[in-house]
Amino acid sequence: MFGSVVAVSDVSLTIAAASFFTLLGPSGSGKTTTLMMVAGFVHPTRGQIAIDGVDVTALPPQKRDLGMVFQSYAVFPHLTVFENVAFPLQVRKIPGGELRRRVGEALELVRLTGYERRLPRQLSGGEQQRVALARALVFQPRVLLMDEPLGALDKKLRAHMQGELKRIQRHLHVTVIYVTHDQEEALTMSDRVAVMRGGRTEQVGTPAELYEAPVSPFVADFVGESNFIEGVVVAASGPGRTLVRTDGGLELWGIASQPLRAGQRVVAAVRPEKLEPTNTPAAGPNCCKGVIEDVVYAGDATRYSVGLGAAGTLTVKVQNRAASRRLSSGESLEVAWDPEDTRIFARAGDDG
Amino acid sequence: MIGAEGQRVGPGTIALVAVATAGLVFLLAPVLIILIVSFSSGNYLSFPPPGLSLRWYQRFFGTPAWRQSIVVSVQVASLTMVFATVLGLGAALALVRGRFRRKAVVYGVVLSPMIVPTIITAIGLYFFFVKLKATGSILAMAIGHTVLALPVVVIIITATLQGFDLRLELAALSLGASRLGALRRVTVPLIAPGVLSAALFAFLTSFDELLIPLFLSGVEVQTLTVRIWNSLVLEVDPTIAAVSSFLIAVTCAVLGVSALVRRRGDA
Repeated sequence: MFGSVVAVSDVSLTIAAASFFTLLGPSGSGKTTTLMMVAGFVHPTRGQIAIDGVDVTALPPQKRDLGMVFQSYAVFPHLTVFENVAFPLQVRKIPGGELRRRVGEALELVRLTGYERRLPRQLSGGEQQRVALARALVFQPRVLLMDEPLGALDKKLRAHMQGELKRIQRHLHVTVIYVTHDQEEALTMSDRVAVMRGGRTEQVGTPAELYEAPVSPFVADFVGESNFIEGVVVAASGPGRTLVRTDGGLELWGIASQPLRAGQRVVAAVRPEKLEPTNTPAAGPNCCKGVIEDVVYAGDATRYSVGLGAAGTLTVKVQNRAASRRLSSGESLEVAWDPEDTRIFARAGDDG
Repeated sequence: MIGAEGQRVGPGTIALVAVATAGLVFLLAPVLIILIVSFSSGNYLSFPPPGLSLRWYQRFFGTPAWRQSIVVSVQVASLTMVFATVLGLGAALALVRGRFRRKAVVYGVVLSPMIVPTIITAIGLYFFFVKLKATGSILAMAIGHTVLALPVVVIIITATLQGFDLRLELAALSLGASRLGALRRVTVPLIAPGVLSAALFAFLTSFDELLIPLFLSGVEVQTLTVRIWNSLVLEVDPTIAAVSSFLIAVTCAVLGVSALVRRRGDA
């Protein structure tokens, strides 16, 4: 299918029991392939997959005892809700009384009690999704795998289902491996997240680590949003505080996650909400003068495009409060930010 | 004229209705005439019939040779149905799910009997079965008809399989079903309406086909179509009309069942 393209390479992950783990990445990053390897539908050419310390690499999917929820739900259209949820119990030869009890419990868990006799085509997308979830949980699998399960739902319903999923996961203490390309979903739901790119893991960490301390410009850009400023290192430094002279002639301090040498080309990343507009000339280390070029009102916040002349443009995000001053296009201002909120990365291909 | 009140009926609409009616009459008139003539009380195939009676149906069902032909036709058609459906299901599965090169070529070869004139196929089969001294056997005729029915079956089942979401099978596996279990509990029930409908069409393809049994049937073993053909050559009486009406009724019944099956499958 994939010809000679390597879909996933050198991915090594350890996922704690009863945690919510997310594989996050753009399409083609290998996140679904990684999930399919755990499920047993794709066989890795090298390496090992172990669950509870037991190697399952050679086991077919039906022997792995993992619950799986597909993006398309994959609810059996010819079976009722009850029969769908009973399916994994029937193939495990669970006797009738216990089967009915457990199907009842699973349907209660996903709040579908009373829907037993309906057929999937009589259900909405969200309800079908919950049938798929009940079906994947009813046999008490060791791990629940979910492949972009909320992708087909509208925004409100998706937010509701995110909450439901977290509630169920905490209630059952089940380990979840979740695939999504939606960074917001990954941040709000996960205990830990692996950001994937080009078949490799770019960074693995808690949502706060990914957002506050990204290890690469890719992560800084894919998780949340960042302003990028190019420049060179002024003085050699270990990991930690580093002084950078930008191409636009500014000097700024930031935190490097790796040692850098003097003169090395780097890119500094700072998030729009960490930038603070002021009208008094700031005395701190990271500040610059600019002119507001564009104002976008977004309800909770206002986004300003601030032109720095030769140094490029910065996006500044300011929460809308009664006390906050509205700025308008053409106004001059100072922008200041904390060195601790600035990450310095070596430019790709120039990190040695 | 036609159309709801206050709605203007233009000359275009009138022409369209006229053409459609003419087309329908052209298609259905022969069938209707045969049906009416089959209830004739006269001694000859004449229209309009002098009176109405069931005598030709009595003659049809009362003559051992005709009754035997019904049995032969049903046997040949049933065997054809089984052969074509089993082979066609296998071929369609390979064509839709298999991973091999030149799939289009294989598909073309499987469908080729639709392009080759039936009489050519019939002559070829005749020489083949003469060598085997197998002409006049029900099996030979069924094999001949399987060649004709196979493309129909493959087309219908291929379409059914293409509409089947493979992820349902993956889901069944992930839920713990064995490969066979997934096939039995998920795939088979979902493609059954399509397969059944293909089987019925295979039955019909054989049941009303003349050329292959014309070459392959013997003196003793004749299908209904062959006996109609032979009696047309020898004697022309309204029994033929009764037999033809019977064929039409069987065809309508099978198509009706097929439509029911499909509706249930889609529902």
